[in-house]
Amino acid sequence: MLQMSEVHKVYENTGSEALRGVDLTINDGEFVFLVGPSGSGKTTIIKLLTGELRATSGSVMVNGFDLQAIKRRKMPMYRRTLGVVFQDFRLIDKMTVYDNVAYAMRVVGAKKKEIAERVPFVLNLVGLDDRSGRYPSELSGGEQQRVSIARALVNNPSLIIADEPTGNLDPARSLDLMLLLEKINALGTTVLVVTHEKELVNAFSKRVIAISDGRIVGDGMDGYYAYETE
Amino acid sequence: MGITLMRPNNIGYLTKEGFKSIFKHGLMSFASVTIIMACLIIMGVFVMLALNINSIIDKLEAQNEIVAFVDESYTEARAVGLKNAVLSVDNVSGVEFVTRKEAMSSFSEDYDNGLFDEIDPSTFRDRYVVHVYDISLTAQTKADLEKVEGIAKVNAHLEYADGFIKVRNVVSIISAVLVAILAVISVFIMSNTIKLAAFTRREEIAIMRMVGGTNSFIRFPFIVEGLILGLLGGGLGFLAVWGLYALVCSNLLTSVMSGLIEIVVFSSIMWPLLAVFLGVGVLVGVFGSNIAIRNYLKV
Repeated sequence: MLQMSEVHKVYENTGSEALRGVDLTINDGEFVFLVGPSGSGKTTIIKLLTGELRATSGSVMVNGFDLQAIKRRKMPMYRRTLGVVFQDFRLIDKMTVYDNVAYAMRVVGAKKKEIAERVPFVLNLVGLDDRSGRYPSELSGGEQQRVSIARALVNNPSLIIADEPTGNLDPARSLDLMLLLEKINALGTTVLVVTHEKELVNAFSKRVIAISDGRIVGDGMDGYYAYETE
Repeated sequence: MGITLMRPNNIGYLTKEGFKSIFKHGLMSFASVTIIMACLIIMGVFVMLALNINSIIDKLEAQNEIVAFVDESYTEARAVGLKNAVLSVDNVSGVEFVTRKEAMSSFSEDYDNGLFDEIDPSTFRDRYVVHVYDISLTAQTKADLEKVEGIAKVNAHLEYADGFIKVRNVVSIISAVLVAILAVISVFIMSNTIKLAAFTRREEIAIMRMVGGTNSFIRFPFIVEGLILGLLGGGLGFLAVWGLYALVCSNLLTSVMSGLIEIVVFSSIMWPLLAVFLGVGVLVGVFGSNIAIRNYLKV
């Protein structure tokens, strides 16, 4: 479960207020789109959720962790409950598809046997079981993003946060990817997708939270256009 | 899935990663080892120099003597009886009793020009030649000897003692300052090498953090890398100092100075020196790595 209450974030270096009293609750098992124009505060919310930033005030609770009070040494434990997917994939070029995914398990101290069982399962789930020996540079953008999703998924997180996951993909590949995230959600993982892709958001009947100028301006099932602020 | 900070199966993997990184950044690794080696060679040369100077000073100390003159009214037998009283004075390591006659003949030998042939030995005093443990306490020992009943006068070359102490202190201070400066330079260079390794792997580090890698997991390969580079630099530096010292010694032994100085034998300090070199190498490597990787572990 993800809960943000009266969250304010002021960047100390610029003095700009990125979030102005954000209240947000996402229950376990939900699929949610977070939409809004550039500079609206989406990235700040993602950084608060991944523990890269702390809110200036308010409360941020995710998967049982209080992110306002969490100690730095506990942060890795919290992050193991998350899977994060980035627009630019962030794969390690010198590692094969298999190793990129296995790497996330090695980092959390998984045993070889566990890795050998789990990685092929996840690669099969994202439809890349025949690409496990390839390097990222040998894959298409869509395939690379699938590797990134497999890596996010491999440690069995409670919540997957996808930050503009289709930003570098063509419309057909974007739709495939969303279908994959929907499939993962159907298996029980909460999914939060941050995106600009209006058509894509409206192709799915999912909850859409709209943010503008650091405030939540819409939250419902009516698609992106209902809250369009650009 | 269980959450563990660092499992044993990870240690092998991370150590391998550390080794791989050394070869991946071969040029910088070579530069680090060379710099550590160069710093340790300079340090080693100075240490060997300091050891030899100390050894020379020790020998000079042993030769430096205090002369305690026995009261003229004492017979030779009574003068001999003072030996235990002189020996019991603090800092006295040994005494030799010299009779008036022996003193006279020694004096005559020193000034062998017939001028003093007519002098009667009774004009000399019986005396004790006193050796001390610590030359820096000469003044105090002289005062203590003067308090011994039957000792009329004590001669001590305080200016020599002061001179030895000054030389030793200067050498010690220069050695310490030089070692400190070289250690800082080595840490700086090592830290930059690891920083470069960390920079080229910053994406990897970001991914490690994002998937929940602990700081110890992220730090470990860099520490291994620093440790190996430090050990290599220390080991090679030791071998180079050994070779240089052997070369200098062989040249000195065949030169005109061979009879004047006694050189410290390398094998007598070989193991402690190797331990110091490897220890400094490890410290520089691990400390440098920690400094380099610190910034990447903050978020």
